[in-house]
Amino acid sequence: MNMSTSLPPRQLPKGKPVSLFVTCLVDLLFPETGMSVVQVLEHLGVEIEFPEDQTCCGQPAYNGGYHKQAKELALQFLQTFENAQVIVTPSGSCASMVRVEYMNLFADDPEWLPVAQRISQITWEFTEFIVEGLGITDLDARLPEAHTFAFHDSCHGLRHLGLGAPARRLVAKIENAQIEEMENHETCCGFGGLFSVKMADISGAMLENKIKHIEASPAQTVISGDVSCSMHINGGLARQGAEGKVRHIADVLADGLRGGQ
Amino acid sequence: MKVRANDFLQAARSALDDADLRSAVTFGAELGYSKRQAAMYAEGKAYGEALRAQAAVIKRKALNRLPELLFQAEENLQRNGFEVLWACDADEANRQVLEIVHTHGVRSVVKSKSMVTEEVALNQALELDGVEVVETDLGEYIVQISDDAPSHIVVPVVHRTKASIRKSFEEEAGMPPTEDVGEMTAFARSHLREKFLSADMGVSGGNFIIAETGSLCLVANEGNARMVTSLPRVHVALVGIEKVVSTLEDYATLTQVLPRSATGQTITVYTHLINGPRRTDEGDGPEHVYVIFVDNGRSQIYNSKYVEALACIRCGACLNACPVYKITGGHAYGWVYPGPIGAVITPLLNGLDQAKPLPNASSLCGLCKDVCPVEIDLPGMLLELRSDLVEEKHSPRAWDLALKLWSWLWRDPTKYALMGVLGAWGGKLLPDKLPGILGGWTKSRMLPEFSKKSFRQQWQQHQLERGENE
Repeated sequence: MNMSTSLPPRQLPKGKPVSLFVTCLVDLLFPETGMSVVQVLEHLGVEIEFPEDQTCCGQPAYNGGYHKQAKELALQFLQTFENAQVIVTPSGSCASMVRVEYMNLFADDPEWLPVAQRISQITWEFTEFIVEGLGITDLDARLPEAHTFAFHDSCHGLRHLGLGAPARRLVAKIENAQIEEMENHETCCGFGGLFSVKMADISGAMLENKIKHIEASPAQTVISGDVSCSMHINGGLARQGAEGKVRHIADVLADGLRGGQ
Repeated sequence: MKVRANDFLQAARSALDDADLRSAVTFGAELGYSKRQAAMYAEGKAYGEALRAQAAVIKRKALNRLPELLFQAEENLQRNGFEVLWACDADEANRQVLEIVHTHGVRSVVKSKSMVTEEVALNQALELDGVEVVETDLGEYIVQISDDAPSHIVVPVVHRTKASIRKSFEEEAGMPPTEDVGEMTAFARSHLREKFLSADMGVSGGNFIIAETGSLCLVANEGNARMVTSLPRVHVALVGIEKVVSTLEDYATLTQVLPRSATGQTITVYTHLINGPRRTDEGDGPEHVYVIFVDNGRSQIYNSKYVEALACIRCGACLNACPVYKITGGHAYGWVYPGPIGAVITPLLNGLDQAKPLPNASSLCGLCKDVCPVEIDLPGMLLELRSDLVEEKHSPRAWDLALKLWSWLWRDPTKYALMGVLGAWGGKLLPDKLPGILGGWTKSRMLPEFSKKSFRQQWQQHQLERGENE
């Protein structure tokens, strides 16, 4: 327990090579988002490596109460990234799993706790890495025509890591991009991992509320920092026969980079 | 009160189909949440957060010294003329109240709002003994005349519409037809006034007990608690053992966060600091005041890793913030305390086997923790309870197997990659809507598709192309 919302300050990652933790959802379901991350980071001159042994941070098992299984996956993660200098991941949720929950998972493990602590210190969510880590907000990106964006603030990024501002600062600097906040942008979309399967009706009603706010928003695209939320919301929109207007921040930024060329 | 928390899913499903209930609960909860935000941060975010941090420390300090503070409270309450009793469980609490009833020849009782009396089902015990009990908090009065149950810690009838309340007033209490809320309230008021004046005994809960001064503290808005605690000749307060705080100064902080969190007020309309029965030189007040400290499972929490749950001051802010509560309402949680705090303490007070679905009744969005005036880590506790469910073999076998199989495949990069390839092929064969445990998902969402080329494959290609360009 004792999750911490105010994480301690840490060393800046400037100039160090980045080990990309792409997350299992991006790897298997949304690889184009992973390629967008690569494009943006390479544009910024960041050296990237992709540790091939990575799978999943273990969050589904952890949130389901299967801590033993979660620990096995977490161990796989720690072993894979043990020698990394900086870890960047396009997910506030997975970043918070590694940064916050690993501390609980390995609290009683004297062998791996120090590794987990070091890994926690060097793990950055994608937008946090660019804005707070590298100190960059202007990617020199532009869109071919005017486009309005709203944000859906994903719960773990928002409440465990205090994210939200970095993504907005990056989008604000894209030429032709306009931010138009939508109502209840900090309200959960109802995904919650296994919650959306175990309590599918309640989760579905939460999703319905989220979709109402998206539909009421004048924004053309809703930006999320997690493909889990966008998968859930777009899945709901598609079920209703509507267009999936939620996109990952990395894809939006990569569009901006392509638009400028 | 009987625990029906294992029926959470069915109850939630019928709540989902009740449009009136959903809109009433959503409206009430969202109003409560926005009022809380305004009141808590009226003097700035930093001030509100500092107040929360201070309250959080005070309650933890008190919990740390709980046994000692309880003895100190008993001594000082007795010095002030209170009679102090201790009840291990619901039966004992009810037995003690009935003994008081018999000692003082009580035939009628007026009550102000108290969750712990709901917990022990005091009204039923009194009525079985032939004592008339009248709830005098307006919300609780509505609940009582319509044979309903409170669905919120602070706003018992948040699930009801004006129309349904009017119907109860007309049919159950004989109110002349009216649409006017003021007239409806005036009707209840005049009815209750008679009850206050004729009751033999008043029953209240207690928001805080101050150990150093031996005071019983109540916060209220309708004035009924003042009548309940001062008009009848006997007053009995049932108080959970976790309600004791050390000093008047500690109370001063807590009494700032409670109304801000509960109703969005900086202070409630009435604040009672009761220091015993009527003194010889006083013109009014009860002749006897009893405080019954109720344990009813709290010691068990105290001796567990969940001790922090006892810091709760019953403000209801986590209910108002919770997107699940807003959809299901309070009754679905199947006992006295709904919402995130209910999902934590219902299993802790009654046994995990009595409330198996509740720890999973959360998307873990974390807003409950952010609004809690004493910073209880509710999502962390839900996670811990989920782990207990698995450890104590309360989770469904199918889930156990699925999760074990999944983690066996996923923790090995080779098997994981193979699953990706299989998913890309097999996913195409799945029907639009799935049966079984995934059926709920596909009812309101399309399934995502595995990509033909995983990121790792695209990355390898990208590396090759880069190598060629260099």
